[in-house]
Amino acid sequence: MKKLNDWIIVLSLSTLLILRILYVLRCTGKPLRRSSQQALKTLIVLGSGGHTAEMLNLVAVLHRDRFYPRCYVAAATDNMSLQKARVLEESYSYETNVGKMVEAAQFMQIYRSREVGQSYFTSIGTTIFAMLHALWMTFIIRPDMVLCNGPGTCIPICVAAFLFKVVGIRWMSIVYVESIARVRKLSLSGLLLYKFHLADQFFVQWPQLQKSYSKAHYVGCLM
Amino acid sequence: MQLLLWFYYFFVLFFYSKLMEYFFILNLIECAYEGMGEAHGDVLAKKTVFVTVGTTCFDALVQAVDSQLLKAELLRRGYTNLLIQLGRGSYIPSKSAGEDGSLTVDYFSFSPSIADHMRSASLVISHAGSGSIFETLRLGKPLIVVVNTALMDNHQSELAEELAERKHLLCAYPDTLYETIQNMDLDTLVPYPPSNPMAVAKLMNKFFGFPED
Repeated sequence: MKKLNDWIIVLSLSTLLILRILYVLRCTGKPLRRSSQQALKTLIVLGSGGHTAEMLNLVAVLHRDRFYPRCYVAAATDNMSLQKARVLEESYSYETNVGKMVEAAQFMQIYRSREVGQSYFTSIGTTIFAMLHALWMTFIIRPDMVLCNGPGTCIPICVAAFLFKVVGIRWMSIVYVESIARVRKLSLSGLLLYKFHLADQFFVQWPQLQKSYSKAHYVGCLM
Repeated sequence: MQLLLWFYYFFVLFFYSKLMEYFFILNLIECAYEGMGEAHGDVLAKKTVFVTVGTTCFDALVQAVDSQLLKAELLRRGYTNLLIQLGRGSYIPSKSAGEDGSLTVDYFSFSPSIADHMRSASLVISHAGSGSIFETLRLGKPLIVVVNTALMDNHQSELAEELAERKHLLCAYPDTLYETIQNMDLDTLVPYPPSNPMAVAKLMNKFFGFPED
């Protein structure tokens, strides 16, 4: 009798979970109806080299007081990206010369799921570790929006954001801009987010990609 | 009274014409100086080719540029200097002070002011990283992108090939670089149009319910 009870509980919880996930997936991509014009806390994922340059190029044209405070996350082994983000944020506080901007920007590092050339066997362990770290980081930051453009570092964060959506702690919108270097094929991160319908907004910069992936938005070259 | 005014006018005209004469002669002297400079291969006529590999290791490109044939071709096309940024590469090219009319060659590994080198270059030869490509295109410099065939999953070549198809740059590989330089006609390159990152910002604003500007 007790065993049957356990099974009923497990089954009903699983059903609830599946329904919740389906509901979240259905709501993903629908424009937010927000009563207040309050600023959105933004988590910005930086990748190596070109990814960072493209991301900062985009952040520079966003409304500073709408997407605020901004938290930049880069891989632990990436030395340059956070530095470049700092330079951008410092230029903002210089321009506005207002005390409140100083409170804004945060800069954090996250463990990579897999380093370039790492064996696939050890990658399983590091990916799980990176996933846990991402969950922790996303919990601490609790952003309203995650902005990323394709480095491997963004997948654990996007999955974490999705889980938070499901659990209902906070609705974290995911905005994905595929890198300008991707002309005919999506990157692995982009493909995962597209296929699993995890991103609320999915942008591509070349018309060829829009033809292959009809649910993506073509926005032209951003660089 | 009338006479005085006339004297005044003539005086002003006289003084003004003397001033013009002075500037005219100065101008002539300047042009003569510049002309002399060009004839003697002065700093004023320097045309630099800047080679960059970004933060990568791309020895195949540095080796290709280090060839005597290629350097002779650059010289033939009027370039005077060759500056190579080695990045994390280990191959060291040969330097040259450029005496007896040869190409002046120099190199360095990293620099905080790559942008300055690009700005003062007449031709840029770069690896296929998107950062280097767009930095160069935005400066309006002629660009030859060399794709690193040693890289696995070479998604960089997609971007280089697409931009080459749109005639914004020339695309080459380390073993076809010399041929590309031999046949290049930089006048056929089309300037890269200014980009519009605001397009995404607008869509994001709309999605999150912010008012339009």
